[in-house]
Amino acid sequence: MSFLTGEGMTGGYGGADIIRDCTIEAEQGEVAVIVGPNGAGKSTAMKAVFGMIMLREGTVRLDGEDITRLSPQERVRKGMGFVPQERNVFTTMTVQENLEMGAYIRDVGVADTMARVFDLFPILKERRLQPAGELSGGQRQQVAIGRALMTEPRLLMLDEPTAGVSPVVMDDLFDRILEIRATGIAILMVEQNAAQALTIADRGYVLVTGQNRHTDTGEALLADPEVRRSFLGG
Amino acid sequence: MTDVANAIVLLLNFVIVPGVAYGSQLALGALGVTLIFGILRFANFAHGDVMAFGTMVVLLTTWWFQGMGVGIAPLPTALIALPFGIVGAAAFNLAADRVVFRFYRRRKSPPVILLIASVGVMFALQGIVRFIIGPDDRRLADGARFIIKASEFKAATGLKEGLAIKLSQGLTLGVAAIAVAALFWFLHRTRAGKAMRAYSDNEDLALLSGVSPDRVVFYAWLIAGTLAAVAGTMYGIDKSYKPFTYFQLLLPIFASAILGGIGHPIGAVAGGFIVALSETAVTYAYKKFLRYLVPESWEPSGLMQLLSTDYKLAISFVILVVVLLVRPTGIFRGRVLS
Amino acid sequence: MKAGLHTPRLHAPRLRTPLLFVGMAVLLIAVGVGQSWVVSLSILNLCLISAIMALGLNMQWGYAGLLNVGVMGFAALGGLAGVLISQSPVTEAWSAGGAGLGIALAVVVAAALLIVLLRRLVRRKALRTAGTAIIVVAGFFVARIFFDPAVDEIERIDSSTTGYLGGAGLPIILSWAVGGLLAAGAAWLIGKVALGLRSDYFAIATLGIAEIVITVIKNEDWLGRGVKNVTGLDRPVPYEIELQQSPWFLDLVHWLGADPITGSSIFVKLCYAVLFVLVLIAIVWLAERALNSPWGRMMRAIRDNEDAAAAMGKDVTRRHMQIFVLGAAVMGIAGAMLTTLDGQFTPGSYQPLRFTFLVWVMVIVGGSGNNWGAVFGGFLVWFVWVEAEPAGFWLMDAITAGLPEDNPLRAHLLDSAAYMRLIVMGLILLVVMRFSPRGIIPERRGR
Repeated sequence: MSFLTGEGMTGGYGGADIIRDCTIEAEQGEVAVIVGPNGAGKSTAMKAVFGMIMLREGTVRLDGEDITRLSPQERVRKGMGFVPQERNVFTTMTVQENLEMGAYIRDVGVADTMARVFDLFPILKERRLQPAGELSGGQRQQVAIGRALMTEPRLLMLDEPTAGVSPVVMDDLFDRILEIRATGIAILMVEQNAAQALTIADRGYVLVTGQNRHTDTGEALLADPEVRRSFLGG
Repeated sequence: MTDVANAIVLLLNFVIVPGVAYGSQLALGALGVTLIFGILRFANFAHGDVMAFGTMVVLLTTWWFQGMGVGIAPLPTALIALPFGIVGAAAFNLAADRVVFRFYRRRKSPPVILLIASVGVMFALQGIVRFIIGPDDRRLADGARFIIKASEFKAATGLKEGLAIKLSQGLTLGVAAIAVAALFWFLHRTRAGKAMRAYSDNEDLALLSGVSPDRVVFYAWLIAGTLAAVAGTMYGIDKSYKPFTYFQLLLPIFASAILGGIGHPIGAVAGGFIVALSETAVTYAYKKFLRYLVPESWEPSGLMQLLSTDYKLAISFVILVVVLLVRPTGIFRGRVLS
Repeated sequence: MKAGLHTPRLHAPRLRTPLLFVGMAVLLIAVGVGQSWVVSLSILNLCLISAIMALGLNMQWGYAGLLNVGVMGFAALGGLAGVLISQSPVTEAWSAGGAGLGIALAVVVAAALLIVLLRRLVRRKALRTAGTAIIVVAGFFVARIFFDPAVDEIERIDSSTTGYLGGAGLPIILSWAVGGLLAAGAAWLIGKVALGLRSDYFAIATLGIAEIVITVIKNEDWLGRGVKNVTGLDRPVPYEIELQQSPWFLDLVHWLGADPITGSSIFVKLCYAVLFVLVLIAIVWLAERALNSPWGRMMRAIRDNEDAAAAMGKDVTRRHMQIFVLGAAVMGIAGAMLTTLDGQFTPGSYQPLRFTFLVWVMVIVGGSGNNWGAVFGGFLVWFVWVEAEPAGFWLMDAITAGLPEDNPLRAHLLDSAAYMRLIVMGLILLVVMRFSPRGIIPERRGR
């Protein structure tokens, strides 16, 4: 049993099921990546793990505890941190205020956590009094990740963190994600840039039409000719 | 040189001073509207009448104090009655939320439904206020009338034109400044205030961060009620208290909020002053003012008034329409609290 | 098949509407028997006018989802038409100020044309804005040069009785159509400016524009005497005094065994009622046909999902303009009818509560999107609005019956009883919205 186990998840938004019998796992100190073609239900699978959609079937367990029926807010308190793909910062609030909002549910130790986030993302320390809306796309993603880290989560979930940023910024973000992994946090990530994401993945999931198609280490998936042909463009 | 000084004093006395006092009142009202809009995302048509309700409580308390001989002369008694009005207006807002608005909020009804519900609240509240205190015009001010009297000013400066500043005008500006400063301190320096801004900025992310929507909405109604009572009382002290006037104030208040960018507190304050000063400036007759500045032969024959004072209310709406056409987001790109 | 299950469902709504109207008739008859027939018919006539106003708003809100909070302005323009059509022209005023006004009008038209031309020719947005502003300001001052003296002249002429231009001297019943046209024209102008705004901004804009319309009518004495009012308007029906002297009428009253004075009053009100019912039937018939036509279905499709409709190539703003103008025309007709019934035009009496928000209560309570709902809402809400006052008085009297006559609380409560109607209106609106959000006669869906 892994640290995070979403097992046999089936569900969607009201009408038809978008994911069917889908299983996602993540281990502490590891990066798990969900890739797949458009409309494969990658984000939906992550939202299911986070409780943003209700499952018809299947369970979600965190550290052995069944959290299938909890709301996203309750899951945050259980140690999940989530970085949405869009609208993931408070644009009118300063960087520091964004981080403070991340730690809204905590009472003590906030300053230490913020210092660690600033160590991880030094540029944010420089810009801490600037409204997040004025930052560049890459810096905004750093704010968004930093905000999620402020609850000191044991599992960090990122929904397409590199969407719309330049390749240089993407590499930089992946480096930071590896740094975060080194602190012993479990990371679950949905990625459009599959090839690059799999290079840092300890565990990769290829989803097709809401179902698990391939599951292996990132390295193995990259080496798998069928995966390469079908999903990585050669 | 004295002519120029006289002209400036004239303008100060008839345009700037009354405009600034009225502007403070509008700013306080617009802040309440903008706050509710920023959090609950609907235009609250009952806000003018919440002002009337809060001021009614102040007036009743003032009478009670006056009856007991309690006062703070030379300041108006209404100032010490104000806390009661604040409690009244805030309590009304919270009760209205509990009985009316919460239901639609929880069902995630579109904002238009909340707007129409606020019309129902407005109706009932107008009835309640008139039922308790009647529709008549009443005086709220007592104590000293002037900070500077026109005659004293003339004697001191030797100018032909006098400058009078009413105590109520000075008080309005002072109280408004304190209220606005307190609000901004709250929004930017306290945990609850930041949570409100976060909720207004990005509701989903605020919920993820553990912000309780009920708590945020509670504060929004509480503060909007407080501001309504303060705005209404200052208006009442400066002019007089008549319930219908407060309903009519809704129009320039909306204009101020939209002009500044709805949901934007700084914008609401700026909008309030711009609307108020435009009203006084456009309806002022500039004949005397020009007489000081131009040679006698050029002296204008008419009143040199852009619009008659009867069109006061219309001015805020012309401004509103122009803003909506040219820059619908208002001066400060509104829609969230920041 | 399954007839047993389906029959009650089909029958309930079919029977419900006529039953509601029968109930309304019973209420009015009860007032006739209990209070007086004159009161009952007065209420009926205003119910009819309210129903027409509610129909107009229902077109805008119920069919198309337009949040028009400026009903008052359109009703007042319709009322103004009553004056402009029926009063005889004041020739001295025309000769004194007509030319000046004409030139001022020409200046305004010229300025408007210039702006249109400018906006066609100039591409740069900043230049266009600046140019428009300059033309507006210059046009304003130039027009004022001709306008102000002309107005002074007009208002000076016999100001205690006229002091305005007068009207066209035509039968007042024509004003019902002209009032509709006037309101429609205003709606077109307003729509050009305000349609396309977000619904809450649109609401506030229309609220303000209605206020401006009233301010103009109140203050431009040359036009409709402003707050000096125009009284003694022409009537489309006989005068009571004439009836009381007509042998045929006296015979009729005698035959019915009634009193000639009350009889004449009832007869006049019945005449109005007949005229109003004819107008109401015509409008309901047209509205029903429009609502169930492809045009009406498209309107509702736009209302329910504006984005999808726009994506399907529907010109949303154009459709909104059509319905906004039509609805406003209906409100204008109702406004003109009201002035006709009152026999006077009193700009000071236009209050947003009575002329805008009350109509909103009618539509929401009756059932937005359903013409019969709007009509029923107009009837019911007007009835409650009028009868809440005596009912409130009676209630207060009953509550305080134990107190002595000169008790201040009793006196205050009795004095304030009139305001019960506001509280009752608010409560009705809130209760219906909460427990029957689609109104008493809900919209028929899926046709």
